[in-house]
Amino acid sequence: MYTPDNIFTTTIDKAVRWSRTQSMWPVTFGLACCAIEMMAAGSAKYDLARYGMEVFRASPRQADLMIVAGRVSQKMAPVLRQVYDQMADPKWVIAMGACSSTGGMFNNYALVQGVDHIVPVDIYVPGCPPGPQSLMHGILTLHEKIMDGEINR
Amino acid sequence: MNPVIIETTPEEYKDLIDSIKNDGFEMMVDLTVVDWFRKKEPRFEVVVQFLSTSQNLRKTIKVFVKDEDLTLPSITEIYPSANFYEREAYDMFGIIFENHPDLTRILMPDDWEGHPLRKNYGSGRIPVQFKNAPKVD
Amino acid sequence: MKNNNIKKSKLSNFKNKLDFWATNSEEGGWNVSSTDEGSQKMLENENEKQIKIQTGTEVVDDFVIEEETSDDERMIVNMGPQHPSTHGVLRLQAELEGEVVRRVKPIIGYLHTGMEKTGEELNYFQGPTNTTRMDYLSPLFNELVFSLTTEKLIGIEVPKRAETIRILMTELNRVSSHLVALATGGMDIGALSMMIFGFRERELILDFFEKTTGLRMNHNFIRPGGVAADLPDGWQKDVEEILKIIPEKLQDYDDMLLDNPIWKGRLQNVGILTTEECFAYGITGPSLRASGYTWDLRKSQPYSGIENYDFDIPVLKEGDVFARWRVKVLEIFESLKIIEQAMNNMPKGPYKVQDKKITPPPRKRLDESMEALIHHFKIYTEGFKVPEGDAYVAVESPRGELGCYIVSDGSSKPYRMHVRGPSFCNLQALPVIMTDSPIADAVAAIASLDPVIGDVDR
Repeated sequence: MYTPDNIFTTTIDKAVRWSRTQSMWPVTFGLACCAIEMMAAGSAKYDLARYGMEVFRASPRQADLMIVAGRVSQKMAPVLRQVYDQMADPKWVIAMGACSSTGGMFNNYALVQGVDHIVPVDIYVPGCPPGPQSLMHGILTLHEKIMDGEINR
Repeated sequence: MNPVIIETTPEEYKDLIDSIKNDGFEMMVDLTVVDWFRKKEPRFEVVVQFLSTSQNLRKTIKVFVKDEDLTLPSITEIYPSANFYEREAYDMFGIIFENHPDLTRILMPDDWEGHPLRKNYGSGRIPVQFKNAPKVD
Repeated sequence: MKNNNIKKSKLSNFKNKLDFWATNSEEGGWNVSSTDEGSQKMLENENEKQIKIQTGTEVVDDFVIEEETSDDERMIVNMGPQHPSTHGVLRLQAELEGEVVRRVKPIIGYLHTGMEKTGEELNYFQGPTNTTRMDYLSPLFNELVFSLTTEKLIGIEVPKRAETIRILMTELNRVSSHLVALATGGMDIGALSMMIFGFRERELILDFFEKTTGLRMNHNFIRPGGVAADLPDGWQKDVEEILKIIPEKLQDYDDMLLDNPIWKGRLQNVGILTTEECFAYGITGPSLRASGYTWDLRKSQPYSGIENYDFDIPVLKEGDVFARWRVKVLEIFESLKIIEQAMNNMPKGPYKVQDKKITPPPRKRLDESMEALIHHFKIYTEGFKVPEGDAYVAVESPRGELGCYIVSDGSSKPYRMHVRGPSFCNLQALPVIMTDSPIADAVAAIASLDPVIGDVDR
């Protein structure tokens, strides 16, 4: 059978997964210290644009990744959930930093002890705050997870 | 720089603040509360810091509030900056400031119960669970 | 016993809440209206006092009343808490009349972390880990003010080298904090290049911080009794590089913005804050200096020996957003002057108090001396005791007067620890600077106050 040189053959599964990873737009959900590191990750030196995700969307409808950057208070929790619910499927969540992963050093009345109590989390990025490199590692790990995981979410 | 410390009672509190304003203390920089639960009577100590930029002086007012009567006159008419601080003191300690324009919770959600910074309010610490950790009795 | 019960009931309350929220499934039981804030939100009709605050006419009545508009031209708009230009999770409710903002009410507390409660559980030695996370753009100032207050309560003086390192680090921090303020301020107004530039130059300083303290932010470097570690080898080279590059880049910013008609048009005569209003609302820092009043705690109530340095206080008269932006740029130059002097006059000697009861011994002494091991163990398990009393100390942070009030009951933990965050107070001026101007200028006005929500909510 003849196939021209510029045609790839692949499964539709793989193509869909690949296209999901290559332009993953995060919603701006900066809460505290980690938000500054998230901004630093998007700025000139670390340049998140290399992974096709420099466009932080202000509207959750246009985003498919939520990076929860910072501590989530009891007052903020319903807001966070609402933003998550407004995002279009398929969607992923990265819990950035110790506070949003587990509550961190603030084990008290005011904080939700880990954002996984309110939204399902795909990747936890440790650190207080995690540096831009850690965040990038988290994002790349998420890419791997999408490539290997199930296509139906 | 050591501030001048004046202690007062809730009755004389507002007049004292008036005279402080007339003495040239332009700014009220801070208002906070200390809860002396079962350590001292009266229970609450409201601490207000004043700053005079023209004379480069600081003044601290301490006023004692009883647990049975948690009211204190609001000083927002004299110092508008007291607005947020009084709301915070209400939210965190339950001190009621009379004649405050909008005495609602400021930091906690509106339906929150209790006043978190009181000493008889637990810190809300949740025990941390470790996977496969040995049980300690 | 009673205390215990309250704790338990609180915990069970908490657990119920968790069950309610524990959702790996995506549906069921979620009530969307719970983002509603009840009595904290702005109403259509408020009482007279509230209207005065929300229209910013409490101090100076400069409210412009235009011709009557019908009710359907007025609406209450919600902005935040998840909004890119509110600098975090600030929520504003504004009443608009057409495009003009008429009333504003800031709603805060979305980042309330209970740090003052946590501060009562940590001892004085651990205290800076907690306070450093309050104002996350100027963490070193938070550590400094906590350490100064503790030292005042104990009554010790730190060595000269420690003081100079503190000044060097905090002034570098002021530069990095102002750079972020310029960057995010620029982004809010539409000068997107500023965002890239500001963060690029900030990385220089953060690299130095990482080298010295081990972390890019939240350093826990300045501790009661001195600093945590000495400066690394070859630190002069890094500081010299910073001193060389930052002024050049600031010149670039000026070339880009200072005579830029769009920048001037967006900022000049917008969000005017007079000295009188600053006094009434307790506003300090660059906002006060931009309104024409010379007040800087570094000059008038100096700390850590900053009175020995030669620097000026930039003051501008206009009090608008442009002046507040300009004051920050000029302050960076003054801070660089202080950094240069600190670098050239760095004294030799110990970098922390040589009191074994307060600062831990160096690591290598632990292998040799039993006593050092005991002191080390004591400090890290129990901490040091602080005599009874209370103290309030204030320093000039990049946003204004940052104060710390500690009450000690003689134990190794503070009985009450309260931090007076400058942003908390500065936010009260939002109605003053936002009302009577178009909604597009509102964003510029928020950015000019440079609020850090971690500092507001604590």
